[in-house]
Amino acid sequence: MEFAELIKTPRADNVVLHCPFHLAVEGTLCLTGHHLIFSSRRQDNAEELWLLHSNIDSIEKRFVGSLGTIVIKCKDLRIIQLDIPGMEECLNIASSIEVLSTLDSVTLMYPFFYRPMFEVLEDGWSSFLLEQEFEHLSSVTNEWRLSYVNKEFSVCPSYPPVAIVPKSIDDEALRKVALFRHGGRFPVLSYYHKKNGMAMMRSSQPLTGTNGRRCKEDEKLVNSTLRSGRRGFVIDTRPLALAQQARAKGGGFEQEVHYPQWRRIHKYIERFHILQESFIKLVEACNDQSHNMDRWLSKLEASNWLSHIKELLTAACLAAQCIDREGASVLVHGSEGTDSTLQVTSLAQIILDPRCRTIRGFEALVVREWLQAGHPFQQRCAQSAYSNSKQKWEAPVFLLFLECVWQIHRQFPCSFEFNEQFLIMLFEHAYASQFGTFLGNNENERAKLKLPQKTMSLWSWVNRPEELSRFQNPLYEANSLVIWPSVAPQSLQLWEGVFLRWNRPSKFLEEAEEERINIIKYNKELQAKVNALRRQLAELEADEEVQEEP
Amino acid sequence: VENVRLLDRLSSRRAVVGTLYLTATHVIFVENGSETRKETWVLHSQISSIEKQATTATGCPLLIRCKNFQVIQLVIPQERDCHDVYISLIRLARPVKYEELYCFSFNPKLDKEEREQGWKLVDLNEEYNRMGVPNSYWQISDVNRDYGVCDSYPTEVYVPKSATAHIIVGSSKFRSRRRFPALSYYCKDNNASICRSSQPLSGFSARCLEDEQMLQAIRKANPGSDFIYVVDTRPKLNAMANRAAGKGYENEDNYSNIKFQFIGIENIHVMRNSLQKMLEVCELKSPSMSDFLWGLENSGWLKHIKAIMDAGIFIAKAVAEEGVSVLVHCSDGWDRTAQVCSVASLLLDPYYRTMKGFMVLIEKDWVSFGHKFNHRYGNLDGDPKEISPVIDQFIECVWQLMEQFPCAFEFNERFLIHIQHHIYSCQFGNFLCNSQKERRELKIKERTYSLWAHLWKNRSDYLNPLYRSDHSQTQGTLHPQIAPCNFLYKFWSGMYNRFEKGLHPRQSVTDYLMAVKEETQQLEEELEVLQERLANLQKSQSGNNKVKSKQQDQSKQFGLYTSNNSLANTPQEYSNDLKSFPSRSPSQGDEDSALILTQDNLKSSDPDLSANSDQESGVEDLSCRSPSGGGCLPSEDSGKDSDEAVFLAG
Repeated sequence: MEFAELIKTPRADNVVLHCPFHLAVEGTLCLTGHHLIFSSRRQDNAEELWLLHSNIDSIEKRFVGSLGTIVIKCKDLRIIQLDIPGMEECLNIASSIEVLSTLDSVTLMYPFFYRPMFEVLEDGWSSFLLEQEFEHLSSVTNEWRLSYVNKEFSVCPSYPPVAIVPKSIDDEALRKVALFRHGGRFPVLSYYHKKNGMAMMRSSQPLTGTNGRRCKEDEKLVNSTLRSGRRGFVIDTRPLALAQQARAKGGGFEQEVHYPQWRRIHKYIERFHILQESFIKLVEACNDQSHNMDRWLSKLEASNWLSHIKELLTAACLAAQCIDREGASVLVHGSEGTDSTLQVTSLAQIILDPRCRTIRGFEALVVREWLQAGHPFQQRCAQSAYSNSKQKWEAPVFLLFLECVWQIHRQFPCSFEFNEQFLIMLFEHAYASQFGTFLGNNENERAKLKLPQKTMSLWSWVNRPEELSRFQNPLYEANSLVIWPSVAPQSLQLWEGVFLRWNRPSKFLEEAEEERINIIKYNKELQAKVNALRRQLAELEADEEVQEEP
Repeated sequence: VENVRLLDRLSSRRAVVGTLYLTATHVIFVENGSETRKETWVLHSQISSIEKQATTATGCPLLIRCKNFQVIQLVIPQERDCHDVYISLIRLARPVKYEELYCFSFNPKLDKEEREQGWKLVDLNEEYNRMGVPNSYWQISDVNRDYGVCDSYPTEVYVPKSATAHIIVGSSKFRSRRRFPALSYYCKDNNASICRSSQPLSGFSARCLEDEQMLQAIRKANPGSDFIYVVDTRPKLNAMANRAAGKGYENEDNYSNIKFQFIGIENIHVMRNSLQKMLEVCELKSPSMSDFLWGLENSGWLKHIKAIMDAGIFIAKAVAEEGVSVLVHCSDGWDRTAQVCSVASLLLDPYYRTMKGFMVLIEKDWVSFGHKFNHRYGNLDGDPKEISPVIDQFIECVWQLMEQFPCAFEFNERFLIHIQHHIYSCQFGNFLCNSQKERRELKIKERTYSLWAHLWKNRSDYLNPLYRSDHSQTQGTLHPQIAPCNFLYKFWSGMYNRFEKGLHPRQSVTDYLMAVKEETQQLEEELEVLQERLANLQKSQSGNNKVKSKQQDQSKQFGLYTSNNSLANTPQEYSNDLKSFPSRSPSQGDEDSALILTQDNLKSSDPDLSANSDQESGVEDLSCRSPSGGGCLPSEDSGKDSDEAVFLAG
């Protein structure tokens, strides 16, 4: 397919661009296969806007006389307005954008066309391999092994080819366990708590059905992670009633009779369309231009967004508490084990593991617990809060996770190596990106699409020193401890950096960040200078003593 | 009383046993056992209500709510003891004479001269001079010399030059409580001014020539503009109701060249109830997100804060952008008027955003113009209907502005919290009484100490590390956003849940940056010393001089500012389910305490803690501080889990 066929009017002049908090600018609008480009003809600081078509969530058009207006709402929640003279041009442009922003073939997406303008220092596709993670693990314990049972994606289509499993369980048993778990997602190691040797595993629901099916291998696998005499917790992300209902559809939960050393805790984490609706309502509230305080608070409340945040954080804290404080191993699952399960396991690691609070560690976490673990990014992030097409598989699951990280970050502002911008950047790229990292729904699909060969990895770009410096938290001081966030409503706030990002003037907050960076930078410079002088002085003094000897 | 249990509001499991003492000025709870013997001190004047609840098997519960938003729950074993404590506290918390207040017995061990110096720190004459008056338009009037015209005004009042004593007196007779229009803020760049007064006694048709002349004079004092705004900060309905009582608002037809404007800020009764409702939300045990947001909205608190801010923004805009003078009033002109004038001044003039300037602002718009501190904050036993969080709201407005303009203020959040605390504490004489006249009669300056001097002495604790006097945010007028979608008015947990440390961010960016800045300063000094020594050494070497310094490296080892300060961080209760599981002893896990930067440095500098070591009103945070004051053992808190907040999530 040629993109040119879809672009009837590639260029329009005298277009006026309106963005909140910026003066309207006049300029030229160009459409390419993947971008909408606007450039003002002002010589001084030519204002340019490059917008990926895949970032466009919805488009509205209206006319006043022959002046057409297009309102473009983006997946990163930005809203811009273009006034385009000429009805035909406007209609052409609108329809082109509509088609180009909703291409259904993955291989037509921009990552397959994008050619980086930077030198690749490290290929991000191989930056975070599970093998490396395992190497790290085997330095502290030998209770686990790497299994390649899923090498051909035949045991579990949504799992990566390798998984870390208890050493005592062989591949044959894993195959049987896979048959007993929804989508073949057998329990695998998610996190190993070095301090006390406790493990966090994740899986999907067991297929007990109404007649209480059992699987000896599953019971053995789950139990093999317990030390003798110790107990474990199964954290089910569904309420009991929902878990019971699931039995009618062949799903279910671990019966205590068959898993006597395990205690089940049900925590309710919302999923799918409920989250999407909540997301839509929240964004609507945030874009409400009225000056009324009451309406704002009731809309915020009605969106339920912060309630989801609170529930999710609570569940993650609970998992972390079981591991660190109760000295118990934990198994987390919901139904499919691809959404709320991953939210809980990855957040628990943020709380427990200082490594996950570094930039590289967090990237590794996203790769391990989200990309490799088979969170269906392509489905979940197909549309954002402005879209009218309501597919039931769209949900801001990853965004909720990022926001929870932000909430913890806000409570421990010196314990994270990355800053808020880093989280926002990940949110943007999950929804629209020039990189292939978030394409596809699992490793299997990514392998089929040959993403590592045909596209650039986000990590190749982010981990370059030039880019990294933008994402560093100046206040970071490595904190090796477990950080327990507060989940009280008073402690949780709306993530303004995402939801009010385009509505608020950011100048004053940016200036504050700049001040913070400068204060730290100056301090470090001085430290270096003082140290150098001290050394120099010590040398000179030593010389002097030598001179004196004879 | 012995064997009293102090309950943690958020968790019934964490109670500590100790002894309760009542002194002439404080309630003191001392924990039994353990090396630390933590103490909790509460000033009687901070007590806002005491509630005796039904006796249970374990004893008689007593609930003490404080004006600084601390809530203390005690269980006293004997009903009779409890009753005695209750009766005593009721009496002690409601003094009837000023002499009973703490400031008359409080002695920070300063000599007479230091005390006098302290009172001179904030000088309003100096402030008016700074603004640029007196000048060719404004003069100081001695008409209120002996409080003869208005007993709630200061003796020295600035009025337009063309306003004669006759006009002033005439105008004062036409205004509630004779509070005639007087200068609050003068903008020397464009001659526009903010004046304040009470409502006119216009009724349905009354006029007063002198009052009309007075407003005319204010307009003439600003030659650049041909009209003035008259801002009535009340809702229109309230103002109209006042007309029936012979009061009311200015009729545009009777006054030449005024533009009249209502700004609906509710009255003190509405505000009191609103705060009450919000505090009930804060006190909820493990509220859901919906409970909290719904309760917050229902209280209307943030709506009221926004109304005050909007009024301030309107006036600041009129003065700065239109160059038009504004006369502000409400009913009596001492509550809403004070709020609005001070918010507007703060927006207009960067000076008021400095530490000293903020003190001056409160002294000018609140203290000198007769804001009724005694009535509003219930220092002496009085009419509960007079009590209202008027200045609390102003302080919150400032905090909301700090959130929006992080580099614009020289002071930090702690400064605001401590001022709020001392408005109620009566530890210093600044906020006693209802007017300057009363304070003079009581000889406050001779008999008590000034808060401002105390805060100034500890100013390093109150600095905002992001403030630079040459930063763009510290110049000129601030233009805040007003729509919720552009700027959020947030719930201020640092104030209203101030004593629930578990709810706050566990690491303070402000303290971290201040520690870094302090270290930077030391490094600068060391750098200088080193450079000097290096130069000397080089000189001596090149001259083959054998004289050398054997002195030891003087440079201090600064060490990490983080290492000796830590605060325990323990998990909260995330689930009910865990309780039933045989769990290990809760006292484990000291090593887990997350590092909190310099948290303890700041605590020891809290005003009420450092004021004097034995008589402090340790409401701040004695619970987190070791008796020795300085460095704090990392395990101190985790041992008792006292700092933990617990949220039942089930």
